[in-house]
Parts: sequence; structure tokens; C-alpha cells
Amino acid sequence: MFAFIIRRILQAVVVMLVISLMGFAIKNNIGDPVRDLVGERVTPAERAKMADDMGLNDPFLIQYLRFIGHAVKGDLGRSFLYNKPNLEVISQHAPATIELLMGTALIIVLISLPLGVQSALQPKSKLARFTMSFSTLGISMPVFLTAILLIYVFAVHLQILPSFGRGETVDLFGNGYWNTGFLTRDGLEHLILPCLSLSSIMLPLFIRLIRSEMMEVLETEYIKYAWAKGLSPARVWMVHAFKNTLLPVVTVFGVQMGITFAFTILTELVFQWQGMGFMFLEAVQRADISLLIAYLVVVASVFVLVNTVVDIVYGFINPTVRIVGTR
Amino acid sequence: MKKKLQKFKESYFLYSFKRDKVAMTSFIVLVLFLIIALTAPWISPMDPYDDHNIDIMNSEIPPMWMDGGSSEFILGTDNMGRDMLSTMFYGLRTSIIIGLGAVSLQAVLGVVLGLTAGYMGAKTDAILMRIADIQFSFPYLMVAIFIGAMFQVVFGVGLYEQLAVPLLVIIIGVSNWPMFARTIRASVMGEKHKEYVEAARVIGLPRLTIMFRHVLPNSLTSVMVIFTIQVGSAVQSEAALSFLGLGMPVTRPSLGSLIRAGQEYIFSGSWWITIFPGLLLVIFVLVISLLGDWLRDVLNPKLYKG
Repeated sequence: MFAFIIRRILQAVVVMLVISLMGFAIKNNIGDPVRDLVGERVTPAERAKMADDMGLNDPFLIQYLRFIGHAVKGDLGRSFLYNKPNLEVISQHAPATIELLMGTALIIVLISLPLGVQSALQPKSKLARFTMSFSTLGISMPVFLTAILLIYVFAVHLQILPSFGRGETVDLFGNGYWNTGFLTRDGLEHLILPCLSLSSIMLPLFIRLIRSEMMEVLETEYIKYAWAKGLSPARVWMVHAFKNTLLPVVTVFGVQMGITFAFTILTELVFQWQGMGFMFLEAVQRADISLLIAYLVVVASVFVLVNTVVDIVYGFINPTVRIVGTR
Repeated sequence: MKKKLQKFKESYFLYSFKRDKVAMTSFIVLVLFLIIALTAPWISPMDPYDDHNIDIMNSEIPPMWMDGGSSEFILGTDNMGRDMLSTMFYGLRTSIIIGLGAVSLQAVLGVVLGLTAGYMGAKTDAILMRIADIQFSFPYLMVAIFIGAMFQVVFGVGLYEQLAVPLLVIIIGVSNWPMFARTIRASVMGEKHKEYVEAARVIGLPRLTIMFRHVLPNSLTSVMVIFTIQVGSAVQSEAALSFLGLGMPVTRPSLGSLIRAGQEYIFSGSWWITIFPGLLLVIFVLVISLLGDWLRDVLNPKLYKG
């Protein structure tokens, strides 16, 4: 087990090194840190001197090692677009995205659990059939189209919900980093449409997953035994069957939230949501390479970290993973 | 040839196709879409790329059946005065070209790497599959968006828009190859210990011949299934990239960039500019995914479950 953990961590470090190397190579070849720092109004001679002072004429490998050294200390360079350290820019935009994901997760849990269980228990009922055909349609629907439709119906036509921005937010810790929309009515109203559209991608998948897992469990021997004991249907379904469908569902849930993260970029664009995705698109438009690379490094490390932790936890729960991982 | 046709007529494949109404409808719709895409320049009411046909006075005309609609523009016009139906036909064409191109690239990468990994085994297999695993741990849309963003920064917006079609093919192709590679590898692993491969090895055929002439044809069912499914997801990725402004420019629109262009006009009530292309995209993806599901059930290959 110890060897497995070490191997897994080593692999994560290697992946991060490769990603940062790619990021640095791009930055090194097309970015211009001098311009990022002083803008266009400085003479070429002064620029050349600055480039030399900053070590931009050193060999690639030395510059890369310096980049890694800074990165480990939490310095990922400066953004010329915001004129602030990159990490600060990203951490100021992160809460908006995280709240979007939290709201989405909540909606997914609240809707997919009852619908999935219902369609497993009564697969031939009208509601179950409607759910299933609706989820087939939902998979084919791109998230931005769902978002546009929701805006058209609820914001343009009915005019009951706001269509862009985060609304009124409250500064959670009083230092300007985490402005939450969860505490005001206005903020919550602004969350509804973005979260609904974001959850529309994952809902079909979860309803189907819960349904098939539950149906599988309902066929097992111990459920038959529970029926034979004369337990009430509610007890058999909820305590015996439902509890055992949860483990695979929770596992998939973790993975899928990672995928949902990619779709936040699309959602944030439609709703002008000031999160990381919106910041990313702005950085692309203004060619702020330094910020783009910082974003790449931050997002990649979050993914690598989560994957590594999940794998290690899995190694504890399910010993066969360790053997597969060895190869 | 005749014999083959006869054999096909009696096959289980055709039998189950005829019995499945969903599969048949999807297939008919798909063929219709492909015909539209192929013949777009001839069947469109007007050429939306030609400036002579565009009259700004015609902008934002609603569909024919609504107040203010005209029979000249069946589905209305967009903000630039282009006929919606024509731009949608051309958009579908662009989307399908990019989708097919990207999946072909994925298939080539996936078949070569998957076959090599599966057949060689040992070190080669471990290294290739590790790379696939690592890429798999990031959502492919995220990878695609990032590569697209980098390309746009490197090439500049102007050049990027000029080269949009080949670039999108590369972006979507590269970002989603592991799916193919893993599927092929899985089916090669199943094939390679069978007698016919042993036999081929015993008569001393070279490795490449065995791989491509003997093992590959027997893994083709999974390629077919995965190809269908991937076209749907490639078209969706293309739409997403175009919607973000990292894809086709509005002057040569795909379905995604049409939706992007029409997005702001829903606030003034001109819903048709964005909803109609969106609907076309949804139907296309839906039909492909229904067909893919059916193919998977009928052919029942060993697929990698992601």
C-alpha cells in the first residue's frame, strides 16, 4: 500500500512537471514579459536591458527551473490585463465558479435521486417513460443552447428571473476574496438559471445511472430475502436497495463534477458570470499569455490533486486497484 | 458481389434494423442531413457567402408563418439579412465536415496507437496507456478549449479564422483520441491469443502485416460503433468551440457560430436566429446518438467504458 501511494504521488508530480513544461514552452516562445510589465511605451534599448535583468536571455532550462521555483512558492507571474499577480486574479474569480458548481451539484442531487429511484421502481409508469425520453433528448442538447432557451423563457418572455451577472453579493470573510451570492435573495435568483443549465448536462447521466444501479440491486438475492421476511416496501426500497446503489453513484459523481467544470466556461459566457471561465475567455481575447498559463497550471493541479487523492482513497477501499495500478 | 448482397439481406443486422423503428427513423434523418450537407450549394435558396445576395434591409425578418414574415425567407433572416435556411444548410455542411474530419483523425491516431499498444504489450502498452490515462483524467472539452485558445493566441485571430477548419479538425482530433485507442486495444487484447493470430505468427508473417491485415479487420466492429458515437460528440465539441469564439468565424458559420451570432438577438425577441440552428444541431446529435446506441446493442463489441 505504501509503495502504491508513493508511486501514485510520483506519477502526479511527473504529470505536473510535463504540463508546466508545456505551459512554460508556450509562454517562453510567444509571450513577452517586458510588454506585460511596462506596456508599449518604453524604448527598445530599455526593454532589452529589462529583458536581460529579468533573465530572459538565460538558457531555456534555467528559465524553466526558475519558473518551477517561483510556482512552488505560489508565484505564477503577473497578468498585464488585470495588472495583478496571476494567482490573485484567479483566486478572486474562483469563488463565483465554485458557487456555480455547488448550486449545480445541489440541483443534480435533488432532481436525479427521486427521479432515478422512481423510474427504477416503476419502469413502466408514465413518469418514468417521460423521464427516460427526456434524458435522451437532454444528452444531445448543448449546454449553451439550454442556457439560451432558459434565458428566452424566464428572462425575456416571462421576465421573472435575471439573465446575467451574479446580482447582489455578500463579502464572506470581509477581505474581498469570497463574494457569495448564496446569502441574498437577489444573488440566489441570479444563481438559478446558470445552475439549471449547467446541471442539464449531467442530469440525464445520473438519472440513468441511478436507475440502472437500483434495478440491478433489486434483482439480488438479499432483496428477495428482505421481501420474504415480510418487510414493508418502503424499508426494502430505501434501506436495503437504495443504500447499496449509492456507492457507485457517489464515485461517478466526483468524476463528473470535474467534467462539469469544463462546461462552466460555456455557461459563464452565456450568463456573463464573472468566474474563472469568463476570466479565461477574456485572457484569450486579450492574448494575456501569462494569465492563460497560470490558469492552465492551476486547473491542471486541481485535477491532478483530486485524481490522486481519489485513487489513493480507492486503494484503501478496494485493494485490487493497487494491483492493476502496478502493471 | 451479388452473393454478398444476398448475404446482407439475410443478415441479423438488417433484420434487427428493420424491426427497430427508432433506428430506422434516425437513419433516414441522418441520410437526409448528409444529403443536405453534400448538396447545400445547390439546394439553398441563396448563397449566404455572396455579398450580392445580402440586403441589410432584410435583416431580422421572422419566419414565414409569423406576422411580418415573407415567403421568400421560409425560416426568416438573421441580423445581417441572410436567409436562415441557407445559412443553416451551409452551417450543417461545415459542422459535418469538421466532425467527420476530426473523428477520422481520432480514428487514425487511435487505431495506430491502440493496435500497437494491444499487440506489442509490455512496455509499449504501459507507456501508451499511461499517456491515455493521463489525458483521460482531464475532460476532453477542457483540453480542446485550451488547445484552441493557445492556437488562437499563437496564430492571431485573423489567421486562426482563415485556418479554422483544419485547426478545428486537429484540435478535436487530438483532444479525444484515447477513447479510440482504448477501445481498439481492448478488442486487440481479446483477439491476439486466438489461433489464427498464432498461425499467422508461426508462418512467419511480419508483425505489421499481422497487426493490420489480421487483427485489425476483426476489431472493426468496435471501430464502427465508436466512430458513430464520436461523430456526435465531435460535432458537439465543434459547436462549443465555435460558440466560445474559438471556432468558425461568423462569415463562414458552422452551427455553433450561428448560435453564437444569434444569441444576443433573443433579447429583442428574434429567437429564430439562434433557436433554429440550435434545433438542427440537437436533432443531428440526437439522431447520431440513437443510431450509436442501436449499433452498440446489435454488434455488441467489447467497448472500453469510460
